[in-house]
Amino acid sequence: MSGDKTNDKILGVDRLTMRFGGIVAVQDLSFAADRKKITALIGPNGAGKTTVFNCITGFYKPTGGTIRLTHDDGRVIALERLNDFRIAKQAKVARTFQNIRLFPGMTALENLMVAQHNALMRASGFTLLGLVGAPVYRDAEKHAIDLATDWLRRVNLLDRADDAAGNLAYGDQRRLEIARAMCTEPALLCLDEPAAGLNARESAALSELLLSIRNDGTSILLIEHDMSVVMEISDHIVVMDHGVKIAQGTPREVRDDPKVIAAYLGTDEDEAVAVMEGGT
Amino acid sequence: MTAPSLNTAKPATGIPALLKTAFINAIVALVLFSLMVGIRTEAGSDGQLTYMTRFGELASLVGIVFGGSIVIELLRQWIGPTGTEKLVPPAIQSGMSFVGRYLAPALLIFTLLVPVFFYNQRYILDLAILVLTYVMLGWGLNVVVGLAGLLDLGYVAFYAVGAYSYALLATNFGWSFWVCLPLAGILAAFWGVLLGFPVLRLRGDYLAIVTLAFGEIIRLVIINWQSLTGGPNGVPGIPRPTFFGIPLDNSDDGLAAKLGIEYSSTHRIVFLFYLILALALLTNWVTIRLRRLPIGRAWEALREDEVACRALGINTTTTKLTAFATGAMFGGFAGAFFATRQGFISPESFTFQESALVLAIVVLGGMGSQLGVALAALAMIGGFELFRGLETYRMLVFGMAMVLIMIWRPRGLIGHRAPTVYLTKAKAISSDLVKEGHG
Repeated sequence: MSGDKTNDKILGVDRLTMRFGGIVAVQDLSFAADRKKITALIGPNGAGKTTVFNCITGFYKPTGGTIRLTHDDGRVIALERLNDFRIAKQAKVARTFQNIRLFPGMTALENLMVAQHNALMRASGFTLLGLVGAPVYRDAEKHAIDLATDWLRRVNLLDRADDAAGNLAYGDQRRLEIARAMCTEPALLCLDEPAAGLNARESAALSELLLSIRNDGTSILLIEHDMSVVMEISDHIVVMDHGVKIAQGTPREVRDDPKVIAAYLGTDEDEAVAVMEGGT
Repeated sequence: MTAPSLNTAKPATGIPALLKTAFINAIVALVLFSLMVGIRTEAGSDGQLTYMTRFGELASLVGIVFGGSIVIELLRQWIGPTGTEKLVPPAIQSGMSFVGRYLAPALLIFTLLVPVFFYNQRYILDLAILVLTYVMLGWGLNVVVGLAGLLDLGYVAFYAVGAYSYALLATNFGWSFWVCLPLAGILAAFWGVLLGFPVLRLRGDYLAIVTLAFGEIIRLVIINWQSLTGGPNGVPGIPRPTFFGIPLDNSDDGLAAKLGIEYSSTHRIVFLFYLILALALLTNWVTIRLRRLPIGRAWEALREDEVACRALGINTTTTKLTAFATGAMFGGFAGAFFATRQGFISPESFTFQESALVLAIVVLGGMGSQLGVALAALAMIGGFELFRGLETYRMLVFGMAMVLIMIWRPRGLIGHRAPTVYLTKAKAISSDLVKEGHG
């Protein structure tokens, strides 16, 4: 790991450990995510990927280790000390969920407006200015609608803006969830299996969307099972199995790594251990 | 059974299923009623057990169930939830949407004119004031239950806080109604926040139980804190509201004397009517405004998915507390009005039954719908009075009406949600998609 040039890394996870009672879900995991790059976190089912995500986004409090987020201006935030909504609000980390969590009874546009809650709350003078219809708030709301419209256009849902999110097709809901996360204007976007359940065409469109988000300057951390998506768009891949990191590198390096192949193809346990020990 | 077959003759599908349901219901009724109604046992002249059969009554009951289930099934298909086959012609549907669009303004105009139409009917004016009080309470609770999805079974506590705030401030310090009204709202909101803090982590049933307990605690404190509240004796002699300082009485300074018109006790009733109407409309206006502000959207998002809210950086703690405080504040206003209208308050007015009634109004109206809540308050309070002539059967009729409404309209009278913002066209969202909240 090249830890000397810290400003190139947006996220540094160091010796992260998460225990649930006697079960160790994540053990001494260390990795870094590059700024304005796509970092993928892959591994077989139960490897602990989502647990890592939940630690980064504040849904779990890690048992041990540190998670450091470095903003563009050099500000460093210790994510393991922030909790809950503050990670999204102050540290500017947005996430999506493995099982889509939209607001199904609200329209696509409303979903994106809720995402801009904190900016709009400030503009509405914590409701008081908004209640009397101050022009400051009206401008802010107009700006928020414009931002939401932009994102609806980018995820190709502009014509569904006024439909309930729960009425959208599955693939549309996935894209809307990404748009909603982006409306919080995050520095780091964490995506938990965004391609799950998508067909080949939708996956390709998703890859394109994620690349365009990266090119606009948002760093992405990605959990994904769809290897075609991962291999195509990732700049860096971290492979986990049974709560520990077994490999990392570029897509090409990871693809040819015997430990990764062993973990994915499921060799004998002894054989797998032998492969891993032989590698290190 | 000719009438139903005529109705179902137009669309071909659904008739066998309809008849099957009705037949099964009739058989269940036959089994149930054969012993309950069909055979009647009596003590004979020598004390021995005799019985007589009543097959005629039994047959008619089974017939009623058969016919009734066909009618209910048909009605359910007409105006029931989406997904079932629509048997109602499109002309009637568009007519209903036309009525729906103009119902709220028409109701408002009618309400404004109620004192004109019924000036000499004190009973109707009193009833209208009562209905409007519950409309206001329903709109207040709607913020907590309908928008934020937090099930509150102790709403009457805030009503009580508002009522006692006004009663005690006015009787002890002689402060006027217009000074005490905002104070009552602020105090109730303060209690709303106090209740909010301990229950923030609770959801669903647990939240309901704690709020229920909170409502009872307030009542018990009022009963037992005799030195302040007068305990079970209540607070008598609460000042009546004045028309911005001018009393509405028979004295020389009274409004009637100043305007040079003959005094009538109806003046005060009409004034009270417009007072509660103004308060209720204020509640409605603020709620509609809040829904379109970020805080209102956050409340609704909280009802939809709390975890997603946190992932978007929304502080769910303050969001819940503001919902509790806002709802409580309107409850406090309504309480202050109640105190000044009654002139006397006691803990008996603030039992759990009131909370349940207001909650029933919100649920019946369609959670989150302003118009639905108003209609439900009218139906619950006004309808209850309407059935007064039925005496002992009143509760029975009332219960049956509730059951029928829940069959046809499981999500309340107004079964859709209006979006708070739109790009091209506001489309109503079916309540099937809208979550009820889980705490």
